[in-house]
Amino acid sequence: MAQTKVEILQFASSATSVNARVHPVVLFNICDCYVRRPDQSDRVIGTLLGSVSSDGTVEIQNSYAVPHSESSDQVALDIEYHQNMYLSHQKVNPKEVIVGWYSTGLGVSGGSALIHEFYSREVTNPVHLTVDTGFTNADAGIKAYVSVNLSLGERTLAAQFNEIPLDLRMAEAERVGFDLLKMIKVEKIPNDLEAMESSIARLNVLIDDVYSYVNAVVEGEIAPDNNIGRSIADALAAVPVISAPAFDKLFNDRLQDNALLVYLSSMARTQLSIAERLNTAAQVL
Amino acid sequence: MGKYSKEPENPTKMPARSFLQAVATADVKVSPLRVVRMEGVAILKIIKHCKDFAPTLVTGQLLGLDVGGVLEVTNCFPFPIREEDDEVETDGANYQLEMMRCLREVNVDNNTVGWYQSTLLGSFQTVELIETFMNYQENIRRCVCIIYDPSKSNQGVLALKALKLSDSFMSLYRTNNFIGEKLREKNLTWVDIFEEVPITVSNSSLVSAFMTKLESESPVTQSDFDRLELSTKPFVERNMEFLIDCMDDLTMEQQKFQYHYRNVARQQTQQQAWLQKRRTENMSRKASGEEPLPEEDPLNPIFKPLPEPSRLDSFLITNQVSNFCNQINGVAGQSLCRLYVTKALQDN
Repeated sequence: MAQTKVEILQFASSATSVNARVHPVVLFNICDCYVRRPDQSDRVIGTLLGSVSSDGTVEIQNSYAVPHSESSDQVALDIEYHQNMYLSHQKVNPKEVIVGWYSTGLGVSGGSALIHEFYSREVTNPVHLTVDTGFTNADAGIKAYVSVNLSLGERTLAAQFNEIPLDLRMAEAERVGFDLLKMIKVEKIPNDLEAMESSIARLNVLIDDVYSYVNAVVEGEIAPDNNIGRSIADALAAVPVISAPAFDKLFNDRLQDNALLVYLSSMARTQLSIAERLNTAAQVL
Repeated sequence: MGKYSKEPENPTKMPARSFLQAVATADVKVSPLRVVRMEGVAILKIIKHCKDFAPTLVTGQLLGLDVGGVLEVTNCFPFPIREEDDEVETDGANYQLEMMRCLREVNVDNNTVGWYQSTLLGSFQTVELIETFMNYQENIRRCVCIIYDPSKSNQGVLALKALKLSDSFMSLYRTNNFIGEKLREKNLTWVDIFEEVPITVSNSSLVSAFMTKLESESPVTQSDFDRLELSTKPFVERNMEFLIDCMDDLTMEQQKFQYHYRNVARQQTQQQAWLQKRRTENMSRKASGEEPLPEEDPLNPIFKPLPEPSRLDSFLITNQVSNFCNQINGVAGQSLCRLYVTKALQDN
């Protein structure tokens, strides 16, 4: 084997073990930009901002669209716009840096390599996020890629886009409430007690579900699943065992605390109205 | 804008009004703001910004459209945290212009409709808020302030509020007349300073489709966990602390008024005594055939009217107290619910 002569076709071994996490605001922003895109263009491109945590997870926290023009074989990105916008974002939150770029459409297209190269100069190993706004396969395709250079010796031949795992769990959106974000139109934001009511109703439904499942297993209608059984046992074990008198005491104490709070706040309010009356009455001198 | 409402002094002069005046008065009759319609993207952006920086209070600009009685908030952008520096002031203005320009380029609504700010436990009723609002109001006829409370969101509540100042309060604020008489004339109480505008939420069909597709199948959400969390202690404690502080402030304000009234009463007895003296003096002068002295002496310091302290502060504090009371009531109600749920669990 003439080792010195052989040129090996190799992938540049960059950190391919990364995964990405997308915050819901990014998705909303991309959708909004897509809806508002200029007439003549059929996709939007933009910059992704965020941070890379120590374990290699790319947190995509923010984004902005960058105007571009596209013809059959070339893509022109408004680099000045990109830089202005980046500076503006930096002023607000210096912790959010460029982590990659996004484009709408299904998968990676031809021009993507060029744009990716541009972003590679801004940040090492950028993430490319694609959002399939056209629902091509009747599915909400959101994918993230990193690029790996395929090189022959010193020459770079091509760039290969490798898909990386993407975490779409949206705890933030859950906090706001999916109901608010899913509907085209919501008439009212639920207040605290209404929200409580719906939560308790959901809890009720869950308990009913578990109950009927357990019943069905006992009756032999459903094949028992050990994992589910263990989870139920865990949940039941999580309820602390407190003797009835101790619990009653605890319960009554808390009840009285709360009653005291309500009493204090109504007292303050009464005080307010008395003060109001006194103030206006005192003027008749 | 405040001058439009000036009545023409003489009704016969009416036809002499210029066309511009006529247009201006017609303009005043805008339909009142009924509803703020926010897009999901704006809500998420506000929440993100406020949350990232909590407990520092942050602000940002709302962009959208003014459509009749509905104010649409379709987007927003954050302001950098302000520092006490003159140079930064112009920097901030530049940033704002730059951001607006950039957003316009990607077809975002380029119309300011107000601003948003985060708050701590709903203690937002301050003079600064009113001043900012008046500033905005000068340029935009209909503007709104969105308040988001990150501390409350940990309780599983979406604490998003749209506020505006009431018209009667604004006209009073412009003339800076917060003395008792004027307030009674206008029948303005502390309840009438802020008006809360109902918020509705709208999303584009595209977003709606994505969210429907992506929503995890799990029947429990993060906010359910937050709501059913038994411990509310830190929240309630903070709330009570704030309430106590406010009550102290309120007492201070009231003492100010008592002091003022005591002074007024003292002045009045002084005036009476002076008048009495003058009258007896005049009586004796009349008896001796001299000209009587005038019964008023504007140069005498005891006739100088005492300025009445402004009631604005006490109004604002009252608003805050009432807000804390509401919050405490809400939390207490929620924890009562939770208590009974635990009781039911324990009984089983």
